[in-house]
Amino acid sequence: MTPLLIAQIGLTLFVFVMLLNSAAIMVYVERKVAAMLQQRLGPYLVGPKGLLQPLADIIKLLFKEELRPRAADPLLFALAPIIAATAAFAAFAVVPFGAETTFFGLLDQPMRLQVADVNVAVLVIFAISSMSVYGIVLAGWSSNSKYSLLGGLRSSAQMISYELSYGLALAGVLVIANSLSLTDIVNRQSGAWLGFLPRWYVFLQPLGFLIFMTAGIAETNRAPFDFPEAEQELVAGYHTEYSSMSFSMFFLAEYINMVTVSAVATDLFLGGWHGPLLPESLGWIWFLIKVAAILFFYVWMRWTLPRYRYDQLMQFGWKVLLPIAVVNLLVTAAGVLYFGA
Amino acid sequence: MLFYLFGAVAIVASLLVIAQRNPIYSVLLLIASFGALSGLYVLLDAPFVAVIQIIVYAGAIMVLFLFVVMLLNAPHEDTEEDLETPGVERRQLAGAGVRRFGGLLAVGLIVELWWALTKNGGESGAFPAPSVASVAAIGRSLFTAYAFPFEVTSILILVAMVGAVVLARREPITRSPRRGSPGSPDVP
Repeated sequence: MTPLLIAQIGLTLFVFVMLLNSAAIMVYVERKVAAMLQQRLGPYLVGPKGLLQPLADIIKLLFKEELRPRAADPLLFALAPIIAATAAFAAFAVVPFGAETTFFGLLDQPMRLQVADVNVAVLVIFAISSMSVYGIVLAGWSSNSKYSLLGGLRSSAQMISYELSYGLALAGVLVIANSLSLTDIVNRQSGAWLGFLPRWYVFLQPLGFLIFMTAGIAETNRAPFDFPEAEQELVAGYHTEYSSMSFSMFFLAEYINMVTVSAVATDLFLGGWHGPLLPESLGWIWFLIKVAAILFFYVWMRWTLPRYRYDQLMQFGWKVLLPIAVVNLLVTAAGVLYFGA
Repeated sequence: MLFYLFGAVAIVASLLVIAQRNPIYSVLLLIASFGALSGLYVLLDAPFVAVIQIIVYAGAIMVLFLFVVMLLNAPHEDTEEDLETPGVERRQLAGAGVRRFGGLLAVGLIVELWWALTKNGGESGAFPAPSVASVAAIGRSLFTAYAFPFEVTSILILVAMVGAVVLARREPITRSPRRGSPGSPDVP
């Protein structure tokens, strides 16, 4: 085994563990930020400042009884959470999160901080996110409960509707960057305009960024678009009948999807690991800071905005977001044609 | 090695699609088959086609299939035994027709397979490798050499969309649709 191969395997395991950890951290952040916004204390008993609360949550989930409704389809009922979690993990595989590095001279040749470098990375993410809908739909159907089914159907309708705007917002960036590889896209955002404004695509594609974030929230089923699990209407939506570990798989998938969408948004619009002060080899610190900022924004949104009505969601998706995304793409393409790439 | 794995998965999954009684499982197995096919595309150095296969077929079309199967709520297909239970003569007749049609289809498929397998060379040799590997090359040939078929396909899809909208409308099309009336189509 060459050192590069060992490093690659190590990196893959590292990404896997960090994604798991990020979900645990997000649980804590979600609770603390919610408490801040509602003028409460939030978790403070388990560990210093309640930092071990996610651990307590995980142990609680592990020791709960695994329940399955008698009328449920046993195979699909077990398969659905696995699909959801697998899709969530798989999408991060093509996301680069740092510049090439030799790990302080440990390797002879530099290695990319990315599990798999695919030249159609953007499309791969899009494909995997379109697969993740199966986890939710199958969970809804196989539970054989009306709340679950409604949640599953809502989610598939919602994800199909917002996927279009999501894809068109991506296309704007792809047209400017002239590449489908996330590494290329990030590298094209290095440097600055006029010496101070970073060359991030968010400044070229402000509308695209807004559309991407909105559709991203809808894709990850977060408030104010959390219809698949709208508590007041559907008990808990598609995961009503799930308990213990299979429930926590959905929970995990939701948080990992958030992290992935934030990471992709960072790579596409916020210049990835490029930033001032730090050297290129420590760019992943910038990457983490940017992802954390977007994740905080996610949580902030959830506890600030009330849920839309379902027909409003559909109207907004098809009659507002999609036309804007199409116009954005047309204007971008015309701009690239006029000014040159 | 990987080729045989993907090939085996694709064939077994496709066979199981028609061997299932529960249509939901058929849909899922078809998705597995599409996944294996896209693996084959990756082995052919065509990652773009592989990903598009997943996005379009597995991600979009099959979701709609699943949607329809769930909403129709058809848990079981009629099997031979169901068809041959006494007192369902009409069904029996339909069964005989279906069997004859199925036989015809099978013969057609075998002839086609035989033709495809014995035809030496085939079209695949005509494509130079970079033209399928690079997205730019695919785009260029799509909008130059194949512009007409491309546009015709898009018009076909547009016609299908308009047709679906017309069919899905419950009330007749009038000059001024009354908004908010019961059963108006804008309520999802």
